[in-house]
Amino acid sequence: MTTALAIGQPTDRVDGRHKVTGGAHYSGDMLPGTTAYAVLVGARAASGRITGIDTTEALQADGVLAILTHENLPKAAAQPPLIPSLAGMPAPGQTFFPFQDDVVHYAGQPVALVVADTLERAQHAGALLRIAYAETPSVTTLDQAREEAYEPEAIFGGFVPGRNTRGDIEAGLARADVRIDATYTFAANHHNPIEPSATTAAWDGDQLTLYDATQGVAATQLTVAALLGLTPSKVHVISHYVGGSFGCKAMIWAHPALAALAARHVQRPVKLALTREQMFTSVGHREEQEQRITLGADKDGRLTALRHHKLSPTSPFDDWAEPSLGVASQIYACPHYEGVYRLVRANTMTPTFMRAPGEASGMYALETAMDDLAHQLGIDPIDLRLRNYTDMDPNTGNPWSSTGLKECYRRGAERFGWHRRNPEPRSHRDGRRLLGYGMATAGYPVYGPNNPQRARARLYADGTAVVQAATPDFGTGVATVMTQVTADALGLPLDRCRFEGGDTTLPTIAAAVGSSGAGMISAAVHTAATNLRNQLVAQAIGDAQSPLHGADPATVTVRDGRMMLRDAPETGEGYAELLHRNVLPDVEATGAWSPSPESAHYGMMTFGAQFAEVAVDPDLGLARVRRMVGAFAPGRVLNAKTARSQLMGGMLWGLGQALLEANAMDPHRGRWVASSLGEYLVPVNADAPEVDIELIEVADKVVNPLGVKGVGEVGQVGAAAAIANAIHHATGRRIRKLPITIEDLL
Amino acid sequence: MSAPHVPSRAPAAAVLPERGPEPVKITLSVNGDEHTFDAEPRVSLLDALRERLSMTGAKKGCDQGTCGACTVWVDGRRVLACLTLAIACEGHEVTTIEGLAQGDELHAVQSAFIEQDAFQCGYCTPGQIMSAVALLKEGHDGDDAEIAEWMSGNICRCAAYPHIRAAIRTVRDRSRDPSHGQT
Ligand code: FES
Ligand code: FES
Repeated sequence: MTTALAIGQPTDRVDGRHKVTGGAHYSGDMLPGTTAYAVLVGARAASGRITGIDTTEALQADGVLAILTHENLPKAAAQPPLIPSLAGMPAPGQTFFPFQDDVVHYAGQPVALVVADTLERAQHAGALLRIAYAETPSVTTLDQAREEAYEPEAIFGGFVPGRNTRGDIEAGLARADVRIDATYTFAANHHNPIEPSATTAAWDGDQLTLYDATQGVAATQLTVAALLGLTPSKVHVISHYVGGSFGCKAMIWAHPALAALAARHVQRPVKLALTREQMFTSVGHREEQEQRITLGADKDGRLTALRHHKLSPTSPFDDWAEPSLGVASQIYACPHYEGVYRLVRANTMTPTFMRAPGEASGMYALETAMDDLAHQLGIDPIDLRLRNYTDMDPNTGNPWSSTGLKECYRRGAERFGWHRRNPEPRSHRDGRRLLGYGMATAGYPVYGPNNPQRARARLYADGTAVVQAATPDFGTGVATVMTQVTADALGLPLDRCRFEGGDTTLPTIAAAVGSSGAGMISAAVHTAATNLRNQLVAQAIGDAQSPLHGADPATVTVRDGRMMLRDAPETGEGYAELLHRNVLPDVEATGAWSPSPESAHYGMMTFGAQFAEVAVDPDLGLARVRRMVGAFAPGRVLNAKTARSQLMGGMLWGLGQALLEANAMDPHRGRWVASSLGEYLVPVNADAPEVDIELIEVADKVVNPLGVKGVGEVGQVGAAAAIANAIHHATGRRIRKLPITIEDLL
Repeated sequence: MSAPHVPSRAPAAAVLPERGPEPVKITLSVNGDEHTFDAEPRVSLLDALRERLSMTGAKKGCDQGTCGACTVWVDGRRVLACLTLAIACEGHEVTTIEGLAQGDELHAVQSAFIEQDAFQCGYCTPGQIMSAVALLKEGHDGDDAEIAEWMSGNICRCAAYPHIRAAIRTVRDRSRDPSHGQT
């Protein structure tokens, strides 16, 4: 008698048709009326002052409508503080807004905004600007500023303390039978979604509409309102489709506000799209970093101490570091711990979240150190991890709300064929290629929003439903999974439900960052749809003409658009009948959800296990990943197809981090060396092996109503370490830098 | 790897008249329909499609020829629309993602992309599909390694690559299987 639930099914994306036909409209696809085009001109100097801007020639160029600089652009009304956008507040990516004065803090800092009637003319006029600088020496690399490192009170917008300790680190190290002490270095990384950030701004009187590529429409709305001194009620943000983000559209950078200012100035809608080159200097990055790990363990491999220090450059404005020490401090039982962040000020913009921000780098360091420990003690790497397994968050002593980690190790190892691995390095070969097999643990925290997350559900008299929540879709599949959640809560077939999002006129959802989207949005949608169902059932029970009149609501169930007694399903009626009889065109309910107070008494984390097979050509130093296996326990899986895709994407990001992705500052010019996809290498099809993923569902009653822990980022955590460990297994060489490139293996 | 294909010049018409640099009338045939608009000769095919003709299916991912998001066909061959001048496409047939489906009926590759979840954000997808259809026609679909190589001019930052290969394989295999309709 049971109908299969929609939740969990590998349903095709509801927006798939739009995406394969060119019918999905992204922010840069919007052309409201006679749109003008703005281009940003970035500073060529990395530090100093602008001494003059000669606009004569540019202003005479055909089609130019305006040239805006610090000399004529209206000043920002206020500078909101940097608070991660999950908090639901204004969320500038840095506490610096350009064009306020003549000071240049970093190369690429916007110094002029050129508006013209066509894109080509705006670009051409931008090239005709003559900007003179008085340059001062810049600092852009760790090596230039190591001596000036300082320990910040807090990082990450104030959310993470600069230092975290438990137990007595020296005592723990003294008790150790073996120690590993190593330093790991990481190149800077850039998100580079294929859609460059873009905003189209249009004013209607004092009402502003922004089509913005963002992870959170409310974040764009509140940030632009604060910067421009507008009430948020006058700022309407629309973002239906976003062409990937990976964190660079999680915070709100200068360009949406600049597009609005330009549109106001020229009194026309203005489209401002960043160029690919500007994507390296306008939307944050994952900072260059160094991590030092000192591990102590007894001879059975049980950790006695973990010291984990990080040093990284931040901007002149903010104390930002990705929280690399977080998950690495929680993943294993270890009584004595010390984690310290140190920063140096540099002439860069404020770094920002980038997929698995901190978890991916911190777990690379810890998981390669653990591999060294396993090797040194002659313990199987999985066994070593099981010996250090913890069923509580070691930082707080709170039990995990759910884990599944041991199952991930077991199932991942089975799928991968781990038992066939000879632990001896250089023991597997394929012709002249050396083969290696590596593994690592994955973990990613479950973050909850600070504010209530809201949704609205409406049922029409024809028995179809619409559910609304403000979130955009940047590739997660949110519209699809929320349709599934609605279908189950209302007892409707999937094709009678539709999700609408991506618009600030809809109920507020915080920016879907930190893998929180599936959990918090499903909670809001489930609550709204359940409220609607309860309202409909109550109405039927109170209706003398309904077969359910006078029934106990607890005995009523809903299925296929029909309310009925659970034990006597023939007694009941369809939603449509109830609405028609009562002459109701529709019925609507809202729902709001906040994390439960009891969740504060739990550690909440998504766990997984990563495995990789690598072939290294010893003559060419070329490492190729042949296959990857991941087993993950993300609580409840809302859609097996889209969840797998996200995890696969994360794992292949781990491949990019391990072998390809790097940028460096030219210490003399203070500029990024790579500024295109030709120079900043990301995985292409030929780099990507087959990826095998196992989803292990674990019940979790704490995190949110549906027990969803999120899959957006955990797929990347540990993937680079598994690859590096496989390279060690293949070659016997331990490379402690990312990415690992040909020179390292020759 | 899809080297940018530059449409060949009009057959030996000696010297073409000089036009521009001011806006000139350009006529393009896109998906079988003629469109005439004013644009400077420096306007790329991509910007002409997107900003002049409101055909935003082809995407701008880099404007530098590195990502493949702008892939369209000129006379049936894949080109990077960001590296092609619109004016150079006069007299040639341009095909974009909008021209692939027959009315409501999706092209087999479009359906396979949905079925295999060969995308996430969908931004690279129009370019991937234009490359994939061309690859199948060209016969570069022998095995996964060949497919991967010939699809490597189209970056997918969501990294849907294994699923993109699966979608292409599915169409290839179905077209070989006589019990299925033609692609
Ligand atoms: S936009 Fe043409 S290749 Fe990237
Ligand atoms: S689907 Fe997002 S870039 Fe390919």
